[in-house]
Amino acid sequence: MGRRVLLIEDEANITEAIRFLLTRDGWQVDTHANGSDALDAIRRASPDLVILDVMLPGKSGMEILHDLREIDGYRDLPVLMLTARGQSRDRDMAEKAGVSRFMTKPFSNAEVLSAVRDLHAQAQRT
Amino acid sequence: MARDTLTGSRIRERRAIRGLRQADLARQVGISASYLNLIEHNRRRIGGKLLIDIAQVLGVEPSMLTEGAEAALISTLREAAADAATPMAETDRADEFAGRFPGWAEVLAWSHRRIASLERTVETLSDRLTHDPRLAASLHEVLSTAAAIHSTASILAETGELEPEWRDRFHRNLNEDSARLADSSKALVAYLDDSEANEDRRGAPQEEVEAFMAAHDHHFAELEQGQVTAEALVDAAPELTSRAARQVARVVLFQYLADARAMPFDSFRAAITEHGPEPLVLAETFGVDLPAVFRRIATMPEGVLPNAVGLVICDASGSILFRKALTGFALPRHGESCPLWPLFIALNRPLVPIRRRVAQLGRTAAQFDCLAMAWPDGRPAFDRDPVYRSVMLILPVPGGGASGTTAQQVGSSCRVCPRDPCEARREPSILGEGF
Repeated sequence: MGRRVLLIEDEANITEAIRFLLTRDGWQVDTHANGSDALDAIRRASPDLVILDVMLPGKSGMEILHDLREIDGYRDLPVLMLTARGQSRDRDMAEKAGVSRFMTKPFSNAEVLSAVRDLHAQAQRT
Repeated sequence: MARDTLTGSRIRERRAIRGLRQADLARQVGISASYLNLIEHNRRRIGGKLLIDIAQVLGVEPSMLTEGAEAALISTLREAAADAATPMAETDRADEFAGRFPGWAEVLAWSHRRIASLERTVETLSDRLTHDPRLAASLHEVLSTAAAIHSTASILAETGELEPEWRDRFHRNLNEDSARLADSSKALVAYLDDSEANEDRRGAPQEEVEAFMAAHDHHFAELEQGQVTAEALVDAAPELTSRAARQVARVVLFQYLADARAMPFDSFRAAITEHGPEPLVLAETFGVDLPAVFRRIATMPEGVLPNAVGLVICDASGSILFRKALTGFALPRHGESCPLWPLFIALNRPLVPIRRRVAQLGRTAAQFDCLAMAWPDGRPAFDRDPVYRSVMLILPVPGGGASGTTAQQVGSSCRVCPRDPCEARREPSILGEGF
């Protein structure tokens, strides 16, 4: 079974571009566009890694991450967070909530690929 | 050099303006040119009849020569020196500098005022960038669209063999996103243009309430005299456009009325005239607590107090609930203020009045006496934790206080504060070197 990533992002064209990139890199990519039921989506997909946007309809990425880390079995799940707000305060909040990597928009495809590969490799080693 | 010894410099300046030679002026007032030369170089004191005669020849009031028009200029020069981070060895000679080089002194003072103005602009924009929800949403839209375009364009440019179906899809996405980016960029520019043209644009109920209070100069004589109700004032206020703002304004006016009943205007004004705006005396005189006195002082109309005052109230989370602005003391529009303010220190010691002299960095060097106290809001009840609020009265120190008592350095908010190191810093300042 291949490596699975769940991309939670409400911008359809960003979703499409990242899905294309990761699929070409050998990932099985599931997508989800809503914050309110994102935790259910994570449970259903059982991903090896989650890419999570901060500003989502229904529930923010910060809240989702915070709640995710409270659930047994998901405390160490690698989460790459994407945001258009790169302020240190947001970064601090994400780190406190347990983010694995924080990336600001606009990002490069190479950065996303590199981050996803790194996070997955780290998770494999632990 | 003392200020009053600069009379000679002013005489020389006025003489030059009138195109008089030294010898001509000396002859007209009956002294020798060499003696006038000594006077003009501030080496001889001058007063009495000679001063009056010289002023008459020069066509100015004698006070123009003894006091000059540069008191404000010298004050600004001292502020500029105090604000400079580097040690200044000659602040005690600012008056001499202004007297000998009035043109350059004006340039320096203008530059100082310009810097203060630009800092305020940076502060406002930074504050808006951080907290304005509409601006944040607009920027998010622009950046997200840029991210989509960047990512899609990279795929098209960097992927060697791309299936026609994918290529067409990405081209379509690029077309859609570029149109979106154009629209969102236009909307953002229009929003910023509108903001500049309409500076009192409001976003939060508190801001509408502040505009309402400012429109009445924080004083409601008719309300105090029973000629109008708080409800009627709120209903008639064009500044209160939202239901939330009207609700907040009602609460503010009810508190205002309660304070006014406990401290009637005529009696309060008389007490201030007799004792000065001394909160402890006023609290004892009227049998009220200090926070009520602070609030009441801040509602006094012009002419009652020696100087304008500021007021700020927060809850136990540090959120600003109410502000009365005071020139020179920056109160961030959306909270996230400096935790070193006595307002917040008071929350650590409820019911203990605190008085601190502070200087706000990055602005003028003016100092303020800040009087603060936290108190439990609402009636006490068994086994219920009180909810605290804190209030701070901001009083300008006469003369700016630049060379007086040592003042604690505080900021307005971290983003625009140069204090470094600072134990209270939450995030880096954008006022980096060379900004």
